[in-house]
Amino acid sequence: MSIASIQVGNKADVHYLLRIADACLILSQRLGEWCGHAPILEEDLALTNMALDLVGQARGLLTRAGQLDGQGHDEDQLAFLRDERQYLNPVLMELPNSASGNSRPGDFALTQVRNFGVATWLLLLWQGLEKSSDAEVAAIAAKAVKEASYHQQHAADWVVRLGDGTAESAAKAQAALALLWPYFNELFADDAVSAAAVAQGLGPAWSTLKPQWQAQVAEVLADAQLSRPKDSAYVPTGHLGIHSEHMGHLLAEMQYLQRAFPGGKW
Amino acid sequence: MSEAQKPQPSTQNEWPLWEVFVRSKAGLDHKHCGSLHAADAKMAVQMAREVYTRRQEGTSIWVVLSKHIVASDPGEKGMYFDPMEDKVYRHPTFYELPESVNHM
Repeated sequence: MSIASIQVGNKADVHYLLRIADACLILSQRLGEWCGHAPILEEDLALTNMALDLVGQARGLLTRAGQLDGQGHDEDQLAFLRDERQYLNPVLMELPNSASGNSRPGDFALTQVRNFGVATWLLLLWQGLEKSSDAEVAAIAAKAVKEASYHQQHAADWVVRLGDGTAESAAKAQAALALLWPYFNELFADDAVSAAAVAQGLGPAWSTLKPQWQAQVAEVLADAQLSRPKDSAYVPTGHLGIHSEHMGHLLAEMQYLQRAFPGGKW
Repeated sequence: MSEAQKPQPSTQNEWPLWEVFVRSKAGLDHKHCGSLHAADAKMAVQMAREVYTRRQEGTSIWVVLSKHIVASDPGEKGMYFDPMEDKVYRHPTFYELPESVNHM
């Protein structure tokens, strides 16, 4: 038995919210892969706690996006029943937890460097969304700001520990940074969707977050004694629905239960 | 350092153990709730937050290196604590409390 995929419409506000919701949802899925595999028990819990925070944020935004889309889709349908091209998260979130593609165990440095970059971005984004003209979005953001602040601090601490740690940990952190650096470009991509969101007061254009993101990241990289990689002109296209080869595999695992047992609840 | 005090090969790279105390709400005392391994104090506080306050158990956390806690010797338990068994007069149960005192 299979279940048909759903499609969302083309409204800019729906796409704006889905980009952020999917960023949280897909990174959460990657962090969940650490469950039972982190280097220490305490960090195993920290990564899954963070994954659950991100799911909570995604749930709120998916619900609101579903309402604005007006087709009666709820958070579960939006999370589990869209096809790959309908997910609008930046490619950064879907990258496996290691350069080799292995997620269990993944590359701990890569996970912490990505978490740090994303948490810094999400914190700035949530701070902007707190002023959203959409009261629901503003309320979701107000709660998420506290969570993102902690995520940023926790990941920043690890980046400093790894970068300013042993020769091996520093090399791994620097390699992770080099691998991820071009993917961070997508977190500041603007287009007609962002312009509409700004016009409507729904939320900030991602490009406006860049100066503060760069300043905060530079500070931590300096503490960590890591060098900032060269900028690249590459801008991934996940926010437009065009993903890397990793996305399909991630979705197959993430959607399996809802596809096999449609409407299943527990 | 004597032979017995030298760290064993299997444990010498392990992070130190910390005892965690959590205050559940303002006005109450910090209660011991467990222990964890962490590289330093900053990490110990963060990990205590992750491990012991996931279900809204806390508003404040203390951590202390387990090795800094000095404990009484279990072997001296009898000498230390048994003599108090028959000293009921140390409980303030022989006084009549005025009606207006509610919380004693």
